[in-house]
Formats: sequence, structure tokens, C-alpha cells
Amino acid sequence: MTDRIELTDVQWRRVSPKYVWVDLIGTLITAVIMVGGASIAAWFIGATWLWAVPIGLGVIFLLTLVFTPRRVRAIGYQLRADDLLFRKGLLFQRFVAVPYGRMQLVDINRGPIARAVGLSELKFVTAAAATNITLPGLPEADAEQLRDELVTLAESRRAGL
Amino acid sequence: MSESAPPPELTAGTPAAHLADGEWHRLHPATPLLRGGLAFVAILGVIVVNLRDLWIEILIGGPQDEGVDPLTFVIENGYLGIGLLILIGGLLLSIGAFYLSWRMNTFRITDELVEVRSGILFRTHRRGRLDRIQGVNIVRPFLARIFGTAKLEINVAGQDANVPLSYLGSAAADDLRREILTLASGTQAREAAAGQPVSGGLVERRLNEFVAEYADEGAPESIVRMHPGRLLGSIALNAVPVAVVVTAGIVIGTTLTGELFFLLGFIPGAIGMAGYYVNRFTKFVRYSISATPDGIRVGYGLLSTANDTLPPGRIHAVQLYQPLFWRPFGWWDIRINRASQSAAQAASGQSNFMLLPVGSLDDVRRVLGLVFPDLAESDILIAGLKGRGEPGDGFVNSPKRARLVRWFSQRRNGFALEHGVVLFRHGYIWRDLAIVPSARMQSVALQQGPLARSLRLANLRLHTVSGPVTASLGAVDRDAAVAFFGDVAHAAVTAAESDVSHRWRAPHAQAEESQA
Repeated sequence: MTDRIELTDVQWRRVSPKYVWVDLIGTLITAVIMVGGASIAAWFIGATWLWAVPIGLGVIFLLTLVFTPRRVRAIGYQLRADDLLFRKGLLFQRFVAVPYGRMQLVDINRGPIARAVGLSELKFVTAAAATNITLPGLPEADAEQLRDELVTLAESRRAGL
Repeated sequence: MSESAPPPELTAGTPAAHLADGEWHRLHPATPLLRGGLAFVAILGVIVVNLRDLWIEILIGGPQDEGVDPLTFVIENGYLGIGLLILIGGLLLSIGAFYLSWRMNTFRITDELVEVRSGILFRTHRRGRLDRIQGVNIVRPFLARIFGTAKLEINVAGQDANVPLSYLGSAAADDLRREILTLASGTQAREAAAGQPVSGGLVERRLNEFVAEYADEGAPESIVRMHPGRLLGSIALNAVPVAVVVTAGIVIGTTLTGELFFLLGFIPGAIGMAGYYVNRFTKFVRYSISATPDGIRVGYGLLSTANDTLPPGRIHAVQLYQPLFWRPFGWWDIRINRASQSAAQAASGQSNFMLLPVGSLDDVRRVLGLVFPDLAESDILIAGLKGRGEPGDGFVNSPKRARLVRWFSQRRNGFALEHGVVLFRHGYIWRDLAIVPSARMQSVALQQGPLARSLRLANLRLHTVSGPVTASLGAVDRDAAVAFFGDVAHAAVTAAESDVSHRWRAPHAQAEESQA
């Protein structure tokens, strides 16, 4: 994997390692529901080949779980002079740069699992729906501070659409 | 209402009234008739037609069928008086309701805002900021034109965030548009818009307006002439591939099954297609586009006309597209993304994202000159439209190894950043060129999946407001993409900082221009 995209001159700020647990538990719950549902369906229908569905799902979820720590470590952001840089993804890498003046609003969301370990999620909204940036796994105080910082920055550079 | 009701003489029915004076005004008195009255007229028509049958029956003594026609029932049982009373009551009630809704529907335009209040029981109060205006659209449905009225729609950024003023007097709508755009442009001195003296009687005036609406006074002549033949040809050529595919399907189907009855299934589809093409023709046959001080003005429509004004800097992305069959003729179409979208307009097929329905290369240059003057003159535009990836044409092209994922278009697949815009060129069979001004892009993304990684490629995407244009480019050389990602992110910031188009005629904007 020498051909990964790496940006130069970027000091990535990573999300809290505790977010690994949030992600793991979330994935696990989804996995149990999906695999369980598929198993029940296969059980009732009684066709042997149908068991391929829960087994396949199980393998996919297992891989997802195994790679979760690395995937969480791949999430990063940096506040540059004029824009916010964001990255995520291991297999499918995605880098997004959003100029501060383009941010229309910043949301703070807290899911039940994340709240239990004191983490928040920041969501950035621009006039383009495709921007689609959520920054999970920030300690609550950091999230609020970051939001205020970004809102101030956005306000000071506000331009037309 | 706590605010003082407007004096009755301030209705928008009077031609060339000063409507943007910060006071509350009412809409044209014919509004209720145009909005809801039509249904009423239709109901009346049905009743009259039914009555006529009844009269004929009574007079000539036609066959007495046993049906339970409500009218016959009413008359034969002596309920005629009550029936008439109910009818008149309902009539008065609805007239009252329409009148009231007209009374309660007021608008005002101040230096900063446009406000509309409407509704009888459920009051709505909509307020839009003038410096966020994305366009002013004047629509004249056929019936409204007969009455000498027009619908003015102020497009504000956002899904369905329009402020419609329906209906206004035809001339008043034109005046109001000018005044709104003047206010929105940030001109310091509010020049008093001098209303033209109105001469002639009502009928003569109406006739003049009816004809003049095509000419659209105040706008310079259209820079593109739409030849009906070309429009027809472009539509026919668009339909050819569809027709070929469908015919092939039918031929194969009939030879395989030997049955013909399933052809019936194609009829609704064929009617739908025909309707679409006819609609497209009537919409664009009177197409015009011109530059005004307050932006680009696009006019279209045959019986129902519309007239859209796009102030500078309201175009978020442009796409030039050439279907395969247009290539021998060198035709292109131009579509745009804009921040305001009206679901109602989209539903009625009136969506206004077509900047040029069909045009030659010269037309494209002229139209594009209104949006990106520097780009339209440059060679890079030609390279973007027709280039096949010759070295030194200004584009950074995909490497040879991208052929695996871009079978035909690998050589054309490329990007450029020049004249303050980003150009994405793609498509070998269906050529297209996406252009995004750096001052308008919302964010930039760089993506790479496993397949692209193994080929050392990456995908670029520019995020703009949603619309028909998606500016993305796949299969770019990885290092070039990373460099471009940095450049574009930088260009977006600097362009947005120096961009003053939201107040395009304000003093600082003019100072900026004179410096440049």
C-alpha cells in the first residue's frame, strides 16, 4: 500500500481513541441485528444455501470490526489558515477542504454510546449537500470549543454564497 | 392586523407604480380570478353544459332515462329555489374568500428586504434578504397575459425559498424587477424609476403590452438567435437514439414472440416522449438571452412566457454538453447550477437551468462570455470542448494507465485551473466540459478507492450547490490530483475573499473592477 494518498505539510489532529469503542459497539449492534435477522430468515425458510447470507454478512462485519481501530486512526482534521481540512477512510480514502467562509452551520450531535464515554460528533454544513463532513469522536469540551472557533472563523470570512 | 392597511390606490394594478418604496402594497385585483377563479369558471361551465342538456330534454322531449341526474332530481322535486340559493350562497362565499385572500395578501420591498404576508386563517409572513437574491423571474402564464398581469418570483438561495408575487400588472412587474435589482445591487443612490407615461385606452395598452412582452423592453437584443429549424433538429437528433433503441426492441420482441399486442404497452411512453419534446420546442422556440447591467436575462416560452434575470455571481457551475448526434453540426447546450430551486417550477417543467438549449460554437462563446468573459475568449475553451488531449492544450490529462477505467475518454479526461475557473473535461463519445468558478465552490474533495489506488489514480470532486451539473473527474494521476487539490483549495479561498458579486454595483465592487 505504498500508493496511498498523503498530503504534505499537514499535521493531522486525530480523534479520541475512545471513539474506537463507540464505533465497535455501534457496528456490533448492527451486526447482531443483521446477522440474527438473516439467520432467523434462513432457519425458517430452511434452505441450506440461504445460510450464505448470514455467513457472508458475518464475515463482512468481522472484517469491519477488525479494521475499526485503524479506520478510526485514519480520521483526521486540521484547521489551516483559510480552510478546514478533513480526511477519513482506509480503503476508500476521502479528503475534503472547506473554506471557513463557506460553512453555513456547525452541528453537535451526541449518540447514546458516544455520550456514555463523553464524546461528541461535529457536523459541517455548506450550501452543497455533497460536502458531507462529520467529525466524530471529539471530547465534549473540545467539540464545543472547536465549534465556537469555526463559527467565529466562518463569521469573519462570510461572503455571499 | 396591527399595521395600517395600505390605502386602496396603492394596488399593483396601476401600471408603473412605485412598488419598491418600503410601503405595503397589494397585488393586482385580477389575482383571485387568475389563481383560483379558473376552477370556479370551469365548475360554472360544467353546470351550464348540464343545464343545456336539461333544456334540450325539456324542450324537445328526449328519451327519459332513469338516471339520477342531480339537476333533474332538484327540479322535479321542487327544490329549485333551495338549489339556487345554495348556489348563489356558495358563489358569494367563494367570491368573498377570494376577495379577502387578496386583501390580506400584501408585500413590501425595503432597502434590505422583501416581505410577503398572506393567508386568511393561517397567516404566513415570508421575508427575503435582497443581497441574497439569486434571480428575479417574471412568468406570464397565457391566461395572465390576457389579463395583462405577470407573476414575479424573487429567488432566494435555498430549496423552495422563493418569494412569489402573483400577480402584478405587467408593466409594474417589469418596473419592480428593475427596482429590486437596483436595490439588491448595492447602488447607493436610489434613482427614482421614472414610470413611462401611459397613453391610449385600456385595450390599446393591453395589446401593446401583449406584443411588447416578447421584446422585453429594457433588455438589449438577444445575443443568440434561436432558429426554429435548429431547435427542431436538435430535438429530433436527441430523439433518434431513443427511437432507434425502442424500435430495435420492438423488432426483436416481435420476431421472437410473434405477438403484436404488447406494442400497446409502448403507446403511453410514446405519448409521454412526444409531449416532452413538444413542450421543449414551445418552451425554447422564443428563447432569448442578453446582458443587462443587473445580470443575464433569459427569456423563453411561446404562449406562457418567462423572463429570468440572473445577477452576476449567481451561477455556481456550468456544463457544456454535446450529445453524439449533435457533433456533425457542432451544437452544444449549456446548463447551470444555481442556488435557488423551486420544486413547483421543476414539477411544471419550468426549471430554469438551461442557459442555452442548443447553439453553435459561436453562440456558446457569446453566452459563456456573459458568465466568464475571460474564458470565452481563450483557447482553453476550445481545447476543453473539442480537444483530444494533445500535449500543451492547457489541460492536465489522465495518464495512459487510466485507459483501464476510461476506455475511450482517457485522452480527453483532464482538468485545468485558469481564468478563475476550474475546468473538467470528459467524455469522448458524449463530450462535456464542466466549469466551476473558484469563487463559488463550496468545498473540494479528493477520493481514492482500491482500484484507483492500484492504478495510482484518484478522483476529484468540486462541491457546488445542487443542480444538473456535477463537477467531478475520475481517473486522474494521483500526484497531479494531490497538487490540484491544494491549488484549488487555495484558489477557492482567495477567490471567495475578493468576490463582491453579492452587491455587484456597490462602490467597492466598482473600485475593484477598475483596479483589475
